[in-house]
Amino acid sequence: MKFLKKENLSALFEALSADSALYLPTKDKNGKTNYARYSAGMEYSDALNTERSAKDFFFPQTEDLVDFKMEGKTIEVIDIRKPSEDYVIFGVRACDMASFDILDSVYLTDPVDSFYAERRSHATIMTMACSAPSETCFCRTFGIDPASPAGDVQCAMTDAGLYLEALTEKGEALVAKISAMLEESDGAEAAEQGKRCHEIMDRLPLSKLTPDSFGGDTMMEHFRSEKWASLSEACLGCGTCTFVCPTCQCYDIRDFDTGNGIKRYRCWDSCMYSDFTKMAHGNSRNSQLERFRQRFMHKLVYYPANNDGKFGCVGCGRCLSKCPISMNIVKVMKELEDRS
Amino acid sequence: MNFDTLIPTVGVVTDIRQDTPDVKTFRVVGLDGKKPFIHKPGQCAMLSIPGVGEAMFSITSSPTNTEFMEFSIKKCGCLTNWLHLMEVGQQITIRGPYGNAFPVETDLKGKDLLFIAGGIGLAPLRSVINYVRDNRANYGDVQIVYGSRSMDDLVDYKEIIDEWMCDEGITVNLTIDREQEGWDGHVGFVPNYVKELNPDVKKTVLVCGPPIMIKFTLAGLKELGFTETQVFTTMELRMKCGVGKCGRCNIGSKYVCKDGPVFRYDKLSELPDEY
Repeated sequence: MKFLKKENLSALFEALSADSALYLPTKDKNGKTNYARYSAGMEYSDALNTERSAKDFFFPQTEDLVDFKMEGKTIEVIDIRKPSEDYVIFGVRACDMASFDILDSVYLTDPVDSFYAERRSHATIMTMACSAPSETCFCRTFGIDPASPAGDVQCAMTDAGLYLEALTEKGEALVAKISAMLEESDGAEAAEQGKRCHEIMDRLPLSKLTPDSFGGDTMMEHFRSEKWASLSEACLGCGTCTFVCPTCQCYDIRDFDTGNGIKRYRCWDSCMYSDFTKMAHGNSRNSQLERFRQRFMHKLVYYPANNDGKFGCVGCGRCLSKCPISMNIVKVMKELEDRS
Repeated sequence: MNFDTLIPTVGVVTDIRQDTPDVKTFRVVGLDGKKPFIHKPGQCAMLSIPGVGEAMFSITSSPTNTEFMEFSIKKCGCLTNWLHLMEVGQQITIRGPYGNAFPVETDLKGKDLLFIAGGIGLAPLRSVINYVRDNRANYGDVQIVYGSRSMDDLVDYKEIIDEWMCDEGITVNLTIDREQEGWDGHVGFVPNYVKELNPDVKKTVLVCGPPIMIKFTLAGLKELGFTETQVFTTMELRMKCGVGKCGRCNIGSKYVCKDGPVFRYDKLSELPDEY
């Protein structure tokens, strides 16, 4: 394991951003922590997590797909894709790192989404171990260890400084590049912090939550549950849960007339929205109950059915803190698992 | 950069046939004058007028037609209204093929086939019917039960009369919903007509039409002694990507665009009833 003294953190960011873009969590002008591209003097925010998830890096909220020039009866298709450049993402938490596996399982399976794949392949991800998980955290429900995130380089920040360990070839290349500023370390302090993190997790309100009542083989049982009516009753269909969710990956494709041609773009969409499934001949999910059920069934039942039992939630807790009616996946799980 | 399925190619509309008051059949080739891509019976393509929209349509021509593709499209929304305004020579964008297909080389091979269609539901089945006609030796007897609101709403009427009805080993049973001057054929809804015809329960069934027709037809078939494993249908849901990523056509653990649109009925029965 390598170690970097805290006073050298800015120098590390300078070095990492010297020949490629570096993104890290930082406080914006409203005091909210979000990822931003590093520029000299920018301070790393050690907030538990960013307001928006890290999916934006690979699956941005909007992106242009293709341009068209229309003239008379003719159409010209213009491929506007540009190669991505290498970049580094610093400070990704274990839950968000785990969400990349879920996004990958959608976008990197045949046929590969070239837009996603291009950005994904050029990223080197430096993850950050959690030291003080909060009451909305339940990543361990889905087998994620907040103190030991995956990634290309696993980091842990203590009062003394930053511990780093390369986990992949990409990570080793990155560590080699900055090796002059690093010291060797036995990582005892980081391990101690990890232990404390686990102790905090054990005492948190969601520590006992398990997904055992869910999975691909529970489809019709949960689908037919009468509890969806009361669970979904107050849902506004605002889609906030979808947008802050690191694993929600549904999208819309739309065209925009620029006056000088047509831009086709895609943007995030939500199965919570009434027009998500609406087509000329009708709507297959007419009520908010059906749309609400779809979102949770997808994460807890449909996704596992297609992915060897792996769940489509990483327990980051963003939906718990952001839902305007305080409804969330934890309440849904608790309500549905109580089948008495 | 690598091929990406979301980036379409250009197709040219080379012929437009007014089939019914609200259905037109469009013939489409690529810019090189050839068929845009190879497909299997029951597969679909994404057609688009940039700036108007993009939607999934079943390819109604048979794969055995190597010269062009045909799409029978009912005018019922924004994009289809626009498509109906097109003139010959208009370019559109096209991408595909998407979805599975009717199992013409496996489950259907050697079988007596019963096609049941309602209205524009004939469009995806026409691909299979003409494929079967062009590979006649591989299949047994063919019966086609087709119904529409009126005789003016029967899609591909000319092809049905001039070709299908003239083929040996093919029986065509047409019906319309209500009595109409000039029509001396059967009158009544498709599900009841199927029951009246009392088809042999050994037949393998391919059904497509409005959801309500499919529902009652299946109930009728069960009464006649057919099992769900003998019945194949093809589904329609909102789609954007066509490859199981955008999430729109998700029903249970399936994506209609890639795991469907063709489903054997027993497999469909295992899924939530959200179609």
